[in-house]
Amino acid sequence: MPKVKIPRKSTLVDMTAMCDVAFLLLTFFMLTTQFKSDDPVVVSLPSSISEIKMPDVNIVTVTIDKSGKVFFGMEGKYNREKLIDKIAENKNITITPEQKRIFSLLSSFGVPISKLPEFLDLSQEERNKPGYQTGIPVDSTNNELKEWLKFAKIVVYETDRSLYVSQLFAIKGDGSAAYPLVKKVMNTFQDKTLQINKFRLVTNLEAAPPVQK
Amino acid sequence: MAEMVVKESKGKKGKGGKKAKKMSTRVDLTPMVDLGFLLVTFFMLTTTFSKPQTMEINMPIKDDTVKEEEKQAVKATHAMSIIADENNLVYVYMGIDDPNPIKTDYSANGIRKILYEKVREVDNLTVLIKPTDKSTYKNVVDLLDEMNITKVKRYALVPVEPHDMDIIKKLL
Repeated sequence: MPKVKIPRKSTLVDMTAMCDVAFLLLTFFMLTTQFKSDDPVVVSLPSSISEIKMPDVNIVTVTIDKSGKVFFGMEGKYNREKLIDKIAENKNITITPEQKRIFSLLSSFGVPISKLPEFLDLSQEERNKPGYQTGIPVDSTNNELKEWLKFAKIVVYETDRSLYVSQLFAIKGDGSAAYPLVKKVMNTFQDKTLQINKFRLVTNLEAAPPVQK
Repeated sequence: MAEMVVKESKGKKGKGGKKAKKMSTRVDLTPMVDLGFLLVTFFMLTTTFSKPQTMEINMPIKDDTVKEEEKQAVKATHAMSIIADENNLVYVYMGIDDPNPIKTDYSANGIRKILYEKVREVDNLTVLIKPTDKSTYKNVVDLLDEMNITKVKRYALVPVEPHDMDIIKKLL
């Protein structure tokens, strides 16, 4: 029998197609991505069947963590710049341009207003060190959350009057946060000077149970 | 891995005239694919793909000028009180003075079943959600969610009163 020669085939594969796919995916992810914001606290959200999406712009979020600290956050770099200007003006604190720049990059924070300049001078690691941010005071005697919300409302309103301002406030609470604190935050929202009676609760989506008849 | 594949042109047909060697234009794309997938992985891991969902909630306007008589009263027979207490327990009673309050939980066979029954039985059911100070935020969100699931049209988040605690006392 004559030997059957198996022709040696090259192991090189044409990579062009694979390369195309990789870059297609890359482009897709680059365009759809929104970087995770470095929140000072991690909250585990409760879940609900509600499917209403969170709006992207101008939203103001009050975060409540499980230890009972309240954090304030506002979307938009320019909004935050305006906000800090207004707070500095009305609360008699001086903010340097550098501090203002840092504040405009913070997605969420939780320090009393008096400590704010000091807080903004710290490095990012020091700021996000657990335990450093003590939360925004919401007590009835010293309710700074009200001040932040008040000026945030003004800023949002200045930016876009067509928006339904009252729908831009959201509570992002940890599931295990005690209710009295949540109530305090809700009462702050509804304060006579603020009148935010319509707001959002941020939740995770869970599958709706089958409809019972 | 990263060799360039250069095919030598075999044919030396031309009799005269030196022809420049034809270089293959094919480039090994493996490193480029590597890089591409590395970046894809990076973006996949850092991206927050799904936006969080929100629940919209309307609270009644707080207005001290509204007189007590002008407030809309809920008929006692239409009212259902749900008290969220500690340890994920829920107490339910109907009307003002229900002799038989129910103790239940947040499962599908607990509060949801009761709600479905009452929605069917009672027209214009109005649910009063009363979270105690020992309840958690999750409890409240769960109850609000149950309202959406069972399609209760009228519900309100109201503070718990001593009267409510008296009614559920025997279940504690």
